[in-house]
Amino acid sequence: MEEETKRAIIMEHYENPLHRVRKDNEDYIKINTNNSSCIDNLDIYIKFNKDIIEDITFEGEACAISISSTSIMINNLINKTKEEALEYIHNFYDMTNGKEYNEELLKEGNAYHDIYKQGNRKNCATLPYRGIEKAILESLK
Amino acid sequence: MNREDFPLLSEDIIYLDNSATSLKPKCVINKMNEYYEKYPANAHRGDYDLSFKVDQEYENTRELVKKFINAKYLEEVVFTSGATESLNMIVNGFFANYLEKDDEVLITTSEHASNVLPWFRLVKKLGIKVKYIPLDDHYYVTLDNVKKMINNKTKVISIAGITNVIGDERPIKEITKLAHDNNIFVVVDGAQMVPHIKVDVKDLDIDFLAFSGHKMCGPTGIGVLYGKKELLEHLEPINLGGGMNESFDNPDEVILKELPTRLEAGTPNIAGVIGLGEAIKYLNNIGLDKIIEQEHKLRKYLIDKLIPIKHIDIINIESDSGIVAFNVDKVFSQDVAYFLNKYNICVRAGNHCAKILKSSVGVTNTVRVSLYFYNTYEEIDNLVMLLSDYEKIVKEMI
Ligand SMILES: Cc1ncc(COP(=O)(O)O)c(C=O)c1O
Repeated sequence: MEEETKRAIIMEHYENPLHRVRKDNEDYIKINTNNSSCIDNLDIYIKFNKDIIEDITFEGEACAISISSTSIMINNLINKTKEEALEYIHNFYDMTNGKEYNEELLKEGNAYHDIYKQGNRKNCATLPYRGIEKAILESLK
Repeated sequence: MNREDFPLLSEDIIYLDNSATSLKPKCVINKMNEYYEKYPANAHRGDYDLSFKVDQEYENTRELVKKFINAKYLEEVVFTSGATESLNMIVNGFFANYLEKDDEVLITTSEHASNVLPWFRLVKKLGIKVKYIPLDDHYYVTLDNVKKMINNKTKVISIAGITNVIGDERPIKEITKLAHDNNIFVVVDGAQMVPHIKVDVKDLDIDFLAFSGHKMCGPTGIGVLYGKKELLEHLEPINLGGGMNESFDNPDEVILKELPTRLEAGTPNIAGVIGLGEAIKYLNNIGLDKIIEQEHKLRKYLIDKLIPIKHIDIINIESDSGIVAFNVDKVFSQDVAYFLNKYNICVRAGNHCAKILKSSVGVTNTVRVSLYFYNTYEEIDNLVMLLSDYEKIVKEMI
């Protein structure tokens, strides 16, 4: 992915994040996810329909990297099975750790390909993933 | 001024996070190394020359602190790990035994977490009430507002002398006078005050004072608890152990040492204490008057340059120390900090541990620049040049 494309994707999802809405109804599970080392702080709302992730939304305050990453993640996880979602999440972690990963699977998530070079910002990109992973794992128990 | 004293300042870096911690001058680093290299023995323990030397250096710092804050007695100076521990000792060792259900403690919404959470615990444990002195339009504490909050249940006023969010100085002397006329104790969180302005505990008539070494050119992990002697006598040690007891034949016959040793259980942070002494000597040599004067000049220079920039919203046009808190229009504070970091400029983003401030100021997070005497006009020029280019910020923040 070109540097400029990555930038454009991140800025687009930061300025116009998708699914940024609070959900108070009971079908949604709410999880908070935050970075102990900075001030990013998001609530993620997730609705399962048996094995399928039917909907995800979020709200909160965070930096451009976190907000855009959340928007992209949600876009790519809705309608996936829990297992598919976990696969996506693990591929994203692999990418942010500078390891090999399935590029095709991540789609716009590839915009954070070089984030591992910026130490502290890796946590911003993975912030929503850590929250959603926890929720999925809990639901499988 | 005095830039050559700080090893970090020979690097290509602009350090503007002095409220978090200050830089350390070479003399402090050398002094701590001297302890580790030349007389690394325990304090208050050995009967040999090395250990005697340690005791001398250790107690010499106590003397320096006593003079620095103008305490009446040496025993009123207790070494702790920092302002946080000092405040916790004050609350849990003294006030937990003194306060009763429904007693009221006055704080403000711009206090640091370490002057809030210990009180919150007493709310849960004892059923005391924590109330907030309202801040004025500039987020300052006024004597009138303190007066309004006082009633016959008020037992403690616990506030920062200078806050870490806005940098406002509180009228401590007037507050202690009012408080003492009403039989109220005053605890001053001096973490941001002692490094910047002369604090005279006798003149200000402060009952308890807490501060840290690392914000005043000293090492991390060392701080001071000051308390009036007659009050400290009633402060129950939280830590029990070596060095602080006379004898302990059985649970009914535990005899503790006198102040201040009683409150310094275990092997202390000896290098830290000795380093703090050197830091105090260093600050004394420069002179606190000169330090605050320089901070004010630098701050005014920065504020005057920031005011005309349309996309910058300054939270505290006024302030008494070197703190400037602001936001860049529609840019999250953390992103501003990341942007500046690309140019080796260190600033802080966040709520600065004063999470409850948002109820008064209406913003959750800010960018905070905090200046100290060794910062320069050129550094500020660099900062302002970057901040004035909105497009550059947005382009380079990710
Ligand atoms: C106003 C204030 N109080 C207390 C503290 C706590 O100091 P320390 O972390 O050194 O214990 C700080 C440090 O940031 C502070 O700014």
